[in-house]
Amino acid sequence: MALFGLDTFCRDTIDKEWIPNCLKSASGDTSYLHWLLTGWGTAVALAMLALVVAMAFGVLMGILRTTPNKLFVLIGDVWTEVFRNVPLIVQLFIWYFVVPSVFPVLKQVPGFVLAFIGLGLFTSSRISEQVKAGIQSLPKGQRYAGLAMGLTLPQTYRYVLLPMAFRIIIPPLTSESMNIVKNSSVAFAVSVSELTMFARQAGEETSQPVLMFLAVTILYFVSAFAINRVMKWVEVRVRVPGMIGGK
Amino acid sequence: MFGLDFSFLNWDVIRSYVANGFYFSIQLTLFAMVGGVALGTVLALMRLSGKKWLEVPAAIYVDTLRSIPLVMVIMWFFLIIPFLIGRPIGAEVSALVTFTLFEAAYYSEIMRAGIQSVPKGQVYAGYAVGMTYAQTTKLIVLPQAFRNMLPVLLTQTIILFQDTSLVYAIGAYDLLKGFETVGRNFNRPVETYLVAALVYFAICFSLSYAVRKLQQKIAIIR
Repeated sequence: MALFGLDTFCRDTIDKEWIPNCLKSASGDTSYLHWLLTGWGTAVALAMLALVVAMAFGVLMGILRTTPNKLFVLIGDVWTEVFRNVPLIVQLFIWYFVVPSVFPVLKQVPGFVLAFIGLGLFTSSRISEQVKAGIQSLPKGQRYAGLAMGLTLPQTYRYVLLPMAFRIIIPPLTSESMNIVKNSSVAFAVSVSELTMFARQAGEETSQPVLMFLAVTILYFVSAFAINRVMKWVEVRVRVPGMIGGK
Repeated sequence: MFGLDFSFLNWDVIRSYVANGFYFSIQLTLFAMVGGVALGTVLALMRLSGKKWLEVPAAIYVDTLRSIPLVMVIMWFFLIIPFLIGRPIGAEVSALVTFTLFEAAYYSEIMRAGIQSVPKGQVYAGYAVGMTYAQTTKLIVLPQAFRNMLPVLLTQTIILFQDTSLVYAIGAYDLLKGFETVGRNFNRPVETYLVAALVYFAICFSLSYAVRKLQQKIAIIR
C-alpha cells in the first residue's frame, strides 16, 4: 500500500493515523480520501447549481436581446456586458465581500451559495450570447410566419423559434457546461471547500502535492467528460431529422 | 451611500500599489499572447500536417491542457517548474511560462479553424507556381488565416487578460493583487474590490468594443 505514497489517502487528516476502511474511523475521524470525495461532491454540486442559474438567466437575457422592444434589448445587453467583462475571481470577491457588506441581510448566506450564484451569473452572460446567436441564426421568415399565423410574440418564441434555436446551440452549450466545471475551481478563492481547495491544503499538509494534484486533476477530467457524454446523449435525442447533423 | 468611503484612494496610493500590478498584468497578457500565438500556430500546423507522429502529440497537448481548469494548471506549473530546472522560481516567472504554454492550446484551436478557412485552391495555386510546402504555408495560407481569425484571436486575448487575475492562486503581484493589497493596508476591501471590478470592466469593455469595430471593418473589405 505504501506504493507511490498512495497510503496517504487512507490516513487521518489530523493525526495522520492509518484508518482501516480508508474513509472514516470508529471515532469519526476522516481520511484524506473522504475529504477528497467530499470536495468532489462540493465541486460538482457547485457546478450544477451554477449551471441552473446560468441557464435561467442566460436564456432569459438571450431572448430579451432578440425581441423588438428596445428597452428589453438594452437590459439584455447591459446584463451580458457587465457579467462578461469582469474576471470571474473578481466577481466572486464582489459576491463574497462586497454584496454582504452593502446588504447586511445577506451576511447569513453561506459562501457556497454566493459562489454558485456568482459562477452562475458569470456564465449566464456567455449563455445569453449563444441563445442570441442561436435565435438570430434562424431565417427571419420563421418569426414572420409565426406572427402571420396569428401567434403572439411569446407564442412565436415558444413554438417556433426556441425549439429550433435550442437544438442549434447544444454544441456550444456543451462546452459551456464543461467550462462551468472547470471554472468552479476558482471558488477556492472565496474559501469554498471544493477540489482545488483540497489540492492546495492537502498538498501542503501531506507534503505530497503531486499525488494530491493528480487525484484532483483526474476528478476534474472525469466530471467534465461525464457532462460531455450527457450533453451528447441529449443532442442525439433531440435531433431534428433532415437538419443540422440529423439523419 | 451604503457606508462606502473611497476617500483613501488617491494617485499616490494607486501609483505605489496598483501600478506595478497593472504593469505585470499587461506584460503577462502580451507575453502570453505573442508566445501563445506562435506556439499555437506550430501546434495547429502539426495537427493539420497529415502525419500521425506530428498530429498525435499536438492533439494530446491541446486536449489535455483544455480539459484542466486554469487554476490547477497554474498550480501544477508552479509545483513542477522548480523541480525540472532544479532551482526555485518566482510566482511571476512561473505565471509567464504557464500562460504562454496554456494559451497556446487555445490559440492553436483558433489557428486551426483559421487555416481550414483558407480555400484549398489557394494551396494548390501555391504548389502550381512551384512553391514548396513551407513557402505556401508562410506566404499564402498563414497571412490569410491570421486575417480571417484576427477578431477571434483578439477576443481570446481579452479573455486571457481576464484570466491573468487567476495568478492569485500562486500569489503573483498582478492588478487584482495590487488592489487587494490597498484594501488590506487601508482596511477597505469592499471599496477596493469594487474599484478593481470597475477597472477590469472598463478595460475589457473598451477592448471588446474595439474588436467589434475592427470586425465590421474587416467584413466590409472582404
